[in-house]
Amino acid sequence: MTAEPARGLAPRLVAFCEELRGEGVAVGTSEILDAFAALEEVPWGQQEDFREALAATIAKSPEDRRVFELLFDRYFFRASEAEAIERSIGEDRRYDGGDRLDLDQLREAVRQAIADGRDGEMRDLARLAIAAFGRRGEGSGVIGVDVQRIRRALGLQAQGAGAEQPALDRDRIERFERHLRRELERALIERTERLPPSRPLAELDRALPTSPAQDLAAVHRAVAQLKRRLATVGHEQRGRRRGAVVDVRRTMRASLDTGGVPLRLKYRPRHPRRPEIYVLCDVSTSVTSASVFFLSVLHALHDSFRKLRSFVFIERISEVTDIFERERDFRAISERISREGGVADVSGYTDYGRVWLEFLEQIVDDLGPRSTVIVLGDARTNGREPHADVFARVAERAGRTFWLNPEPRLYWNYGDSVMAAYEPHCTAAFECWTTRHLEGFVNVVAGGTPLADQA
Amino acid sequence: MAEDAHSAPSPRSGEAPRSVSEVREALERVGYLADEPAALVAYLAQRLGKPILVEGPAGVGKTELAKAISRATGRQLIRLQCYEGLDEAKALYEWNYRKQLLRINAEQPQTPPASPAAGPSGSAEARASAWDEIFSEEFLLTRPLLAAIAAADPVVLLIDEIDKTDQEFEAMLLEVLSEFQISIPELGVIAARTHPVVVLTSNNSRELTEALKRRCLYLWLDYPEVEREMEIVRLHSPEIDEQLARRLVEVVHMVRQLDLKKPPSIAESIDWARALLLLGADDLDRSVFERTMSIIVKHRSDLDLVAERVGLKLGGIEGLGAEAAG
Repeated sequence: MTAEPARGLAPRLVAFCEELRGEGVAVGTSEILDAFAALEEVPWGQQEDFREALAATIAKSPEDRRVFELLFDRYFFRASEAEAIERSIGEDRRYDGGDRLDLDQLREAVRQAIADGRDGEMRDLARLAIAAFGRRGEGSGVIGVDVQRIRRALGLQAQGAGAEQPALDRDRIERFERHLRRELERALIERTERLPPSRPLAELDRALPTSPAQDLAAVHRAVAQLKRRLATVGHEQRGRRRGAVVDVRRTMRASLDTGGVPLRLKYRPRHPRRPEIYVLCDVSTSVTSASVFFLSVLHALHDSFRKLRSFVFIERISEVTDIFERERDFRAISERISREGGVADVSGYTDYGRVWLEFLEQIVDDLGPRSTVIVLGDARTNGREPHADVFARVAERAGRTFWLNPEPRLYWNYGDSVMAAYEPHCTAAFECWTTRHLEGFVNVVAGGTPLADQA
Repeated sequence: MAEDAHSAPSPRSGEAPRSVSEVREALERVGYLADEPAALVAYLAQRLGKPILVEGPAGVGKTELAKAISRATGRQLIRLQCYEGLDEAKALYEWNYRKQLLRINAEQPQTPPASPAAGPSGSAEARASAWDEIFSEEFLLTRPLLAAIAAADPVVLLIDEIDKTDQEFEAMLLEVLSEFQISIPELGVIAARTHPVVVLTSNNSRELTEALKRRCLYLWLDYPEVEREMEIVRLHSPEIDEQLARRLVEVVHMVRQLDLKKPPSIAESIDWARALLLLGADDLDRSVFERTMSIIVKHRSDLDLVAERVGLKLGGIEGLGAEAAG
């Protein structure tokens, strides 16, 4: 491809951008023009420079950058493979001597290459390893399985296998795994002489991690961004001049500077709306997967708002504000909630009706027009009385009421879900199972306009 | 958009760097170890004459990058620190009202109070000339953006923490960033004589508008890997023992892994290294760590968490070592 740039590069690049657009990255014409301008300035024989120049001009947020990385690898790998098939170029040096290799030596060489972080070396060794372990690249036929098998056989662990082996960097091991994966794919393509169909990046890949078994750190990374946005909510309001009231006294004083001509208007400082937030979080089994995420949202909210009271509920409701205030560590919080919350009575099934009654009783005097109530739950009452009228009283007393439902809108009101009974009383109800949904919600709470497209 | 690129003054190619490695070396000479993407973006910015938008967590050297570019290219650095409520008068230019008023007052005694009856036309002429005078450059207070545009020598313009301002301000920046010109109604358009290198930084506390992003090269800076951070620490305090530096950086990385209110920045690693040097510490054990950790951790609740987690680990390693020895 590099031999004839005039023929191939421009349309390829445009097609690549087209694919990025398909994944939701906003790539404008001006970005593509910039990319071409940038490519004129860098020696793009070097893959790193080529990639970085494209990324700097096309991917303009961390999220976009992640999608860009995923697609870049796939797209240009596929493009060059397609070209190879078209011109029927196979790779001759197949490292056939794989069986005769000393495995310990190979292991050592791989560790060394990973420790040094040299990509070229890693690529060669990946092919060597495939030849040695993967029965010349045939393997099980499922690439992910093969990668893991070879990795185990090589004894690659981030922690270091024993005391005498130095620990390896996790990122670099992942890089080696990428090389393995790519070489396996290449072998597969060469054998079958066609490209596997290209799939869109799984929606799951970008959805919120929901299973409690998943790394909690991943949940927290998703919330970190939300935390930063919420932290500036009050400040943004302060900067706006709209609807400001002129402070006559201070204006007159300031006019003394300019000989009595009031050139500079002084405004009354506007006090930012300091929201009092009540968050009610369902932690029953029907929302287990989502409640890990919701608890960490709560965790993040606690860092950002001083006037925040949080409650968890299943059959009964329990205030957990002080647990969040004392404990910094998320894991400790979820343990203490399950130990001390005392929210499950006998059955362990959610009873929304009873929860509203208890909530109203506990909090009735504190709710006012400046309070915001946020409910995190699936509105599945297990066939019990929903007490929508009590919920209506709560919503009426509070200034705003939001409902975040971890189920797609499609499933609302099916089975024992009584969302329809509650929704009319809420200021707004959102489905919330991806980062995008969460952002849409944050936007509304922060006083912005709702995203046009919630789906 | 293509027209924009043409109407903007083209960068003087004689001064622009010729390769990415040249930029990296120049930055290294002034004490900034840039990684591959940062060097490449700095190079592209100078070649293409486009602003750089740098995002990343606090304390990874975003502002420092702009300062380093200014030092490496020998250009003056003009800095615009953004905050909530920053407006055009503070960022672009402002008329010096007081001076204008004085000027008008100085004019008035020459025209007698009865003059409106005597010759209204003459008075109007005088007024017109006074009007022209008070709206000349003499009465203009230049603010950072205008100063950068009007500078005779090429400069580096740093717009720090752009995410703190509101969207209206961003919209105003668009003209400056794509055309490199500022229009002042009374004076006309002031266009850049030289091409400034513009660096915008953002802590990503809010999403910037698409229009602004479209005009910039994007660079995401993250905390460096252990090796690179070690190089940075050793560059800034060369006397530090290599072993100690590695230990220090590893501990800092461990601390960053925790969920803290404010993770330690690179500058704080450097401060810590200097403090350890001053204290004459040759190893980083638990007691040294607990005495000095307030240099890298600056929140009450964070201190407790770090003391508990990292302190224990340091103790643990020590214990292991003792076991192995025994």
